[in-house]
Amino acid sequence: MSAKVIVKDLNFSYNHQRVLSSINLTVEANSILGIMGPAKSGKTTLLRVFNRLCDLIPNIHIEGEVFLDEENILRPDIDVDKLRKRVGMVFDKPVPLPRSIFENLAFGPKLHGIKDKNRLEELVEKSLRLAILWDEVKDRLHESALKLSGGQQQRLCIARTLAMESEVILLDEPTYGLDPVSTLKIEEALQSLKRNYTIVLVSNNTWQVARTSDNVAFLLMGELVEYGSTHGVFTVPKDKRTDDYISGRFG
Amino acid sequence: MKEKVIEKILMLLAFSAIGVLLLMAIFIFKEGIPIIFKAGINNFLFSTHWAPTKGYFGIFSMIVSSLYVTIGALIIGVPLALACAITLAELAPLRLTVILKPTIELLAGIPSVVYGFLGVVLLVPLIRDYLGGPGLSLLAASMILAIMILPTITSISIDAIQAVPYSYKEGSLALGATHWQTIRMVILKAARSGIITAIILGMGRAIGETMAVIMVAGNALKLPSSPLSPVRPLTSNIALEMGYAAGDHRAALFATGIVLFVFIMVFNVLANIITKRWQQE
Amino acid sequence: MATRINPLISQRVVKAQLWGLTGFTIAILFFIICFVSIKGLPQITLDFLTTNPGDMGRSGGIFSTIMSTLYLIFIALMIAVPLGIGAAIYLTEYTRESRITYIIRFGTECLAGIPSIILGLFGFAFFVMALHLGWSILSGGMTMSIMLLPTIIRTSEESIKAVPYALREVCFSLGVTKWQTVTKVVLPTALPGIVTGVVLSIGRCIGETAVVLFTAGSSLRLPQSFFDSGRTMAVHFYILAREGISMPNAYGTATILIFSILFINLCAYYLMRQFLKKYAIFG
Repeated sequence: MSAKVIVKDLNFSYNHQRVLSSINLTVEANSILGIMGPAKSGKTTLLRVFNRLCDLIPNIHIEGEVFLDEENILRPDIDVDKLRKRVGMVFDKPVPLPRSIFENLAFGPKLHGIKDKNRLEELVEKSLRLAILWDEVKDRLHESALKLSGGQQQRLCIARTLAMESEVILLDEPTYGLDPVSTLKIEEALQSLKRNYTIVLVSNNTWQVARTSDNVAFLLMGELVEYGSTHGVFTVPKDKRTDDYISGRFG
Repeated sequence: MKEKVIEKILMLLAFSAIGVLLLMAIFIFKEGIPIIFKAGINNFLFSTHWAPTKGYFGIFSMIVSSLYVTIGALIIGVPLALACAITLAELAPLRLTVILKPTIELLAGIPSVVYGFLGVVLLVPLIRDYLGGPGLSLLAASMILAIMILPTITSISIDAIQAVPYSYKEGSLALGATHWQTIRMVILKAARSGIITAIILGMGRAIGETMAVIMVAGNALKLPSSPLSPVRPLTSNIALEMGYAAGDHRAALFATGIVLFVFIMVFNVLANIITKRWQQE
Repeated sequence: MATRINPLISQRVVKAQLWGLTGFTIAILFFIICFVSIKGLPQITLDFLTTNPGDMGRSGGIFSTIMSTLYLIFIALMIAVPLGIGAAIYLTEYTRESRITYIIRFGTECLAGIPSIILGLFGFAFFVMALHLGWSILSGGMTMSIMLLPTIIRTSEESIKAVPYALREVCFSLGVTKWQTVTKVVLPTALPGIVTGVVLSIGRCIGETAVVLFTAGSSLRLPQSFFDSGRTMAVHFYILAREGISMPNAYGTATILIFSILFINLCAYYLMRQFLKKYAIFG
């Protein structure tokens, strides 16, 4: 399995507070990496380094390297907009744009230069199918996206990144607050998506991480405590802290 | 690339906007300050002798007139405004408030010249016939100003009262206080700083009002001896003489403007201080 | 010995007084509108609106004043709106809260409180005299734009800030540039609020006299260019009233003034409700 993203000695702080210390891990291509850990352990920050959304935070200080296919994306001369086309993100709350379903999906591609109507329609249908949303909305593509249910909106957000034809998809607590059926549908979608995409999933929910990911990283207070295959980490954790967390003694 | 250009353009717009405002401030001060020192600051502020063509620049009677007119407007307007605010915020059902609050705010939209005109046509004769004096007076100006600042004070006071946490009201009523007692002892106290801010904003507008005041105040250059005396506040003076003032005279008008501006600044700063102090309690 | 009045009775008395005063206040508003309209509405014929004033305003209509007012508003908005919205965008989207933004905001607040007569004084000394533009629609419009600027900046800023941050994050995560985010998502969402601010500014322009009288002059002729002097409706009303030239015409002008401002405020109010409804969806 080849590596899609390699993190080398990543240190991250903002406002002089250390948030991530010496993170080293690899995200294998076409797999799902689950990042778990209690609140405030730096999971979301790490995720946001992958698409440089961390740049929006004031007063940050980053050391180390993050390679996306051999290119260090932390270099200051990187075109961040192009990077974010390749690395898409889904947030913990569904945030549809105040537009129609179709427009939500076509928004990104249009602004990146795709004008051909047929191509756009193709993209929209393809992404909605991959996000397991097509059947539910195919007859109302031009209705407002705000009318969809929470679970549908979140799948719309996933479809939105798929419409960008990203290579990596980052998900930050994607099923937070969603009903079990939607949650299941999303996890299903992720499983089929990993065939063509590389996925990084942050979740507070250890069950979800155990269920969906191939590899898992356990973050505790900014430190990468343990990292390995999901099966391995959950059955025989190497670090006591991992064991405690998994068995629910804290977090 | 394009992004950088756009950012620079926006920055230019922002600084132009600020620049224009700065330009105005500098211009006014440049025109007005020299004459203050030429006439002597004590003389300028405290002499009642205003004869600009002969070199006398004392604006004391105008300062006093402005202050009296403003205080008069507050005496008449604040009780009315607060009554409206309390009624709409606490006594009226929500549906009525939703209609009446904007209605009162509409009063603010009526041009000042219309107020002045109605003052001349309706109010001044009434004062003249029933209270004496020329009718064009301090009283007339205060009454008109009271109505003009009423919407501002009412509107902001309503917001202040509505912002008081519902738990305060609940707690007081649960202790057995009547609605009015609750309003008087709990809600109004809690909304104090917002209401004071509203009043001070009203003060600022009253002292800055020109057109309505010119039409009803009488414009006599003397210290007022009674509410029925005609007066000439700072704003009226500037407006009346601007058309034909030149040289030192015009500079003196700028200086008058500076004094006016200082008063308004003082009011605003006072509002901030009072608000902060009461918020700390 | 003081007798204690039953608090419930005193409450009733007080409430009655409060309601009375409130009713009185609202009655004043209606009285003003009715008094002026009753005397003015008979004046308002199509003729009145489309003929120029004649004989110093004693006869004829108010057409030239309507046009002068519109020209003035046009110039004022042309300057204040791009400047104001641009400044607001820059302050909210392109800068972080810092000493500089605090100073700018404080300055804007101060200048929002400047009395119109001082603005008129400045406009006169600067545009009319120093820049030699003379009494003109241009001088009037430019001075008026200074008056509108702080309000437009403030309402635009508030509207833009009300757009949820998450929307911007989503756009960035899609690789959309900042300017694209602003124009395609932030501004459209903030638009009702921004437009409300602009509409309210128009209302102020219509009613403003002190600023206009000393910068645009009081020529009764229809302005042929922006360099011509022109008399706005408010100024016309003031002169008619002060000089006692024609009471019927004065009332007619006043009625038009009041109703156009009322109409504009209603539009602004309606727009604001739209804005609040939209915002509530994201709640």
